Amino acid sequence: MSATMVEDARPARGAVVKELVLTALIGLALTVPLVSYQTIDAVGGLQLESRWGSTAVIIVALVLGRLGIILLRTPGSETWVAVGGGLAAVIGLLDLFRDTVADALGMTAWPAVTPTYTLSFLIGVGGAILAIRAVLQISRRASSMSKAERDARAEAVGEQLRKLIRVFATAAVLLALTLPFLPFSNRYVLDVGTLIVTYVMLGWGLNIIVGYAGLLDLGFVAFYAVGAYSYALAAQHLGISFWLALPFAGLLAASFGLLLGFPVLRLRGDYFAIVTLGFGEIIRIVLINWYDVTNGPDGISGIPRPDFFGLAVMTRNGSDGLPAFHELFGIPFSSEHRIIFLYYLIVAMAALVAIFTIRIRRLPIGRAWEALREDDIACASLGINRTSIKLAAFGISAAWGGFAGAFFATRQGFISPESFTFIESAIILAIVVMGGMGSLVGIAIAAMLLIGLPEVFRDLAEYRMVAFGAGLVMIMIWRPRGLLSHREPSVLLADRMPPGRLAPKPAPAAEEAGV
Amino acid sequence: MAYLLQQMINGLTLGSIYGLIAIGYTMVYGIIGMINFAHGEIYMIGAFVAVIAFTAFANFPLVVAILLVLLFTMMITAAYGWTVERVAYRPLRGSFRLAPLISAIGMSIFLQNYIQLIQGARNKPVPPMIQGGFTVWDDAGFTVQLSYLQIIIVVTTVVLMVGFTRFINTTSLGRQQRACEQDKTMASLLGVNVDRTVSLTFVMGAALAAVAGVMVTLYYGVVDFFLGFLAGLKAFTAAVLGGIGSLPGAMLGGLLIGLIEALWAGYFSSEWKDVAAFSILVLVLIFRPQGLLGRPEVEKV
Repeated sequence: MSATMVEDARPARGAVVKELVLTALIGLALTVPLVSYQTIDAVGGLQLESRWGSTAVIIVALVLGRLGIILLRTPGSETWVAVGGGLAAVIGLLDLFRDTVADALGMTAWPAVTPTYTLSFLIGVGGAILAIRAVLQISRRASSMSKAERDARAEAVGEQLRKLIRVFATAAVLLALTLPFLPFSNRYVLDVGTLIVTYVMLGWGLNIIVGYAGLLDLGFVAFYAVGAYSYALAAQHLGISFWLALPFAGLLAASFGLLLGFPVLRLRGDYFAIVTLGFGEIIRIVLINWYDVTNGPDGISGIPRPDFFGLAVMTRNGSDGLPAFHELFGIPFSSEHRIIFLYYLIVAMAALVAIFTIRIRRLPIGRAWEALREDDIACASLGINRTSIKLAAFGISAAWGGFAGAFFATRQGFISPESFTFIESAIILAIVVMGGMGSLVGIAIAAMLLIGLPEVFRDLAEYRMVAFGAGLVMIMIWRPRGLLSHREPSVLLADRMPPGRLAPKPAPAAEEAGV
Repeated sequence: MAYLLQQMINGLTLGSIYGLIAIGYTMVYGIIGMINFAHGEIYMIGAFVAVIAFTAFANFPLVVAILLVLLFTMMITAAYGWTVERVAYRPLRGSFRLAPLISAIGMSIFLQNYIQLIQGARNKPVPPMIQGGFTVWDDAGFTVQLSYLQIIIVVTTVVLMVGFTRFINTTSLGRQQRACEQDKTMASLLGVNVDRTVSLTFVMGAALAAVAGVMVTLYYGVVDFFLGFLAGLKAFTAAVLGGIGSLPGAMLGGLLIGLIEALWAGYFSSEWKDVAAFSILVLVLIFRPQGLLGRPEVEKV
């Protein structure tokens, strides 16, 4: 008996050791040249500077983390993982704030295990995640609830959360409307607010094609660029005002969308994505190289600011026969008026997109998009013309991008092809994906996180894109439907309606009899 | 005429590099039907490892150094290819259809900025190691040069291609790959370890991209962290042009893209050469989505 038990335990241990050795080897290969040596410029070519301390810490952390994941799979050893993970989290946290800790303890220097702040952070976070998972597993086993009961409870929590979201959405709208008049508001807050709302609008615009029609558009920034350049050029060469140019910018972007969309909409999902990426790049290259029109990489500067609905200008002194804004209303001049005006302008534009999106979801075309997203072959079999509804989504999405672009141009006063790179498309896409394709509130929250957080943590700017890329991968793994995974179809069959709205229809007897 | 010949030589060299990268795209697409958007970044990592290795092995005799660098770079880059698949793609098998592509875009952004973070944003120069060449033709003052390096690049590519095609066609791993390509469920029922086969596909694609990385480091003598994006897109275009899923197609596509790019840059303008590559991608996808050597894809319900 005992012999068989030993035999049972041994191969498992062997497998674990093998897995750990493999992890160590992979860790070694991942770190040895790229982390352990940094190339630095020196006289007569490159030189290498070694960083073995970091390398060793990374490999040890990888192996321990792997061990933790393996132990999580074997029941009974979660306690060890919880303790070890917690320990790693504490070490990471202490090392991260090593100066403060040393000061508090009256030491000259805290004996940090991790050589760099980045590693302290990663090890702390990794340890915390492992510990949380272990504790969750322990509590799940300890509770006497069956799986069905747990599911029911999770569902109830989800319902609560959804109600909370509604409250949150109301609060966010109120905040957005009153932001300029709140006590903490200043120029910086308004600038960040304007930036966030611009991305909210872009996210909502892209949401129509990605979230509703289910087509991955990697070249959305192209329409943003078309909008921005069409306003900038119209204002520079024809002297057209912002308000006249705005619909024109949207229309032009929409026609670009239709023009580009028409040939590619037959393509399957990922081919479509790559082709839109190609279009985005083509437009950028055209902007860089068509020097006579776009002024190439130097960009266009001196783009006029919008006036106050043709009634006043937002400068200190009136011009072109228009009074200044403060004269019109008889209030003292403040340079913040223009900032506030621009802020409300983008809030109004974003609100327009939101209302439009909510309404169009209920129209036949909105339903058709949803059908297309869920199953495009079934959608075609039901007699929906796939090409035309895809084209509509593409064009509408592009138009919103164009509006946002015109706003971007007038706000910055300067545009260049630098602002319209693939990364920009990827950021907007990430906002939509993270928000949970299709959820307006989710997209707004995601925009606040993705645009607002980097503004808050400006010192960590170099880590921004690394965290952003890793975040995209992690969302796809853990919550592929986005942070607010909520994607129920907007129409349901009567007997699948939530209870309370319609009583479930009793099934016909014939069906029960199996006829 | 001499000018044309010179541009064709340059184009074929460039095309060989694209072809090597394109194989990674085409194999991965063939086996799991996803566009490995991060493959361009894998190639960029190969180039960076090559820069570090060349600096480290600077004192070795040239031939030994190049061979060592090649082997080392292939190993390290393959580890990156394996890890990318394991971390970012394997957990997504069975997720909704755009999930792997979004994850791949995330991975691509991550790798690019990770390299920028740990190695710095500046260009990394490598001194020219292989110089000289033949003068193929002298036409009224315009000499057509064929450098030793160009010969090495094309010969290495041809040798690798022939070896690789034989490998896929004759070994049991190659057979398993082709089985997974046709039907993963059936292959796993017949005892093929699908996860392992997919992993090895990524490893092989990354190893070939690493060779391309070493070659480009030698050829241009300068590497930066943004190198992978354009090269990756062009190699993907090459894979599509040749017919995605087809190995000879990837090579043919790579050579064609290289030739078109060199001729376009030589006769029209070098600023617009990227537009040429992207336009080809769009045109091929619209008019002949199965590519030159591929089979048309049937939409299954």
